Amino acid sequence: MAEKRLKTGSDFTWRDMEVGNIVTEAGSAALRRTGDWRSQRPIIDKERCNKCGLCWLYCPDAAIKLLEDGYYETDLFYCKGCGICAKVCAREAITMIEEEEK
Amino acid sequence: MSKRIGLEASHAAAEAARMADVDVIAAYPITPQTHIPERLAEMVANGELNAAYIPVESEHSALSACLGAAAVGARTFTATAGQGLELMHEVVYVASSMRYPIVMTICNRALSAPLSVWGDHSDAMAVRDTGWIQVFCQNNQEAFDMTLWAFRVGEDSRVLFPVMVHFDGFHLSHVTEPVILPEQKEVDKFLPRFQYPFALNPDKPMTHGAFGPPDIYSEAKIAQEVAFRKSKDVIIQGFKEFGDIFGRYYHPVEPYKTEGAKLLLLTMGSFSETAKIAIDTMRNKGESVGLINLRLWRPFPFRELRQAVKDAETIIVFDRCISFGGPGGPVSSEIRSALYNEKERPRVVSFVGGLGGRDMSVKDFEYVVDRGREILEKGSEELFETVGIRGEVTGIRG
Repeated sequence: MAEKRLKTGSDFTWRDMEVGNIVTEAGSAALRRTGDWRSQRPIIDKERCNKCGLCWLYCPDAAIKLLEDGYYETDLFYCKGCGICAKVCAREAITMIEEEEK
Repeated sequence: MSKRIGLEASHAAAEAARMADVDVIAAYPITPQTHIPERLAEMVANGELNAAYIPVESEHSALSACLGAAAVGARTFTATAGQGLELMHEVVYVASSMRYPIVMTICNRALSAPLSVWGDHSDAMAVRDTGWIQVFCQNNQEAFDMTLWAFRVGEDSRVLFPVMVHFDGFHLSHVTEPVILPEQKEVDKFLPRFQYPFALNPDKPMTHGAFGPPDIYSEAKIAQEVAFRKSKDVIIQGFKEFGDIFGRYYHPVEPYKTEGAKLLLLTMGSFSETAKIAIDTMRNKGESVGLINLRLWRPFPFRELRQAVKDAETIIVFDRCISFGGPGGPVSSEIRSALYNEKERPRVVSFVGGLGGRDMSVKDFEYVVDRGREILEKGSEELFETVGIRGEVTGIRG
């Protein structure tokens, strides 16, 4: 079923729809790149970060991951670029930059 | 032994839900449906029926509660009428699109304004395109039979669509007639336990009701439409199985005395029985007339209808509903569409009457046939005809 769900674009026909459009596998969102409508992305400045975890707590899409060293990283596969992390960061360690910027 | 007792159609439908051993009932009382939830609430309170009865604050909530119950695989029942069905409208689409086989009895009622609690098909026609299987009943026995049948067909794994059982408010809902109630073991033989293949369960999480962006919505709707049309085979098979066990056979389109008839009257619901008496009377006078009782309204039985009317020159379609500014009654417009592309097709005359509880007598149906014939000979500038309206009706034109 998970394989079926991974069909995209022209491969996915009406015959691939499950009864009632039900998604029969849990956690299938992990397979879908949902960060592709982002127009801005967050940049975390490790120099300013004090590992408080507010960004991780407030991210509405669980797109911020805790790294082994205690710092945080944005998972751009899911991040929609909403900017909440930048807004809540007490140390102003997160800056939103335009997606086209390197 | 089955037993023959006096029941109004509302109580017959409640009995069917009880014998189907429903798990969940969520309903809001509204005239003329009130006796159904009232009787079921009584059965639950008395311990005659082991079900959850959810009292809700509106019809919108009633059907919403049914969605949740059906999602976990409960056999789910509700009932409403007229304005109640209108208030439900949003959720009516959700139930069919999410493929929850809820059974809902509709005691057909007119729509305001003016405020009317009486019988009419306007409520049914407003939910025509919602993707529910819909059947109409002629009498109280059928109210029982169709409700039981509805669970069998809707819950079939090849179908999984909700079913509406329509019967006329007051003309059936509140009138007592003899009804044959089967034995429980016969019902159990006809209706297996509901095994919903996608029941929500914390042990195996899944998602019901995900959103559909533009790149998937159209595919979802076509998949629904194809499955819905396919359900007709199971609907017919369900009628056959019902007949084999209970002895009463039903069909999507039911001809009555149509042999050799050049002129056919087409009706739905309780008025079909009145119209049959008119057909008997006219047949006795040697007139070449017959009747079509349209039982299955959705999915529409195109093939069966064409077969039933293939030798007729004229069909007079009787609607208990107006389509304002449209081609006449909604049923007549459907019949015309069904026949338009046929090489040889009968002419269709549209009649509207019996609105808001207005009685239609045998004489009224005789008038409908006579007037229909007259229109065929002389023609008419009106898009549809009326019956029983005081004052000459003119100005119904394109």
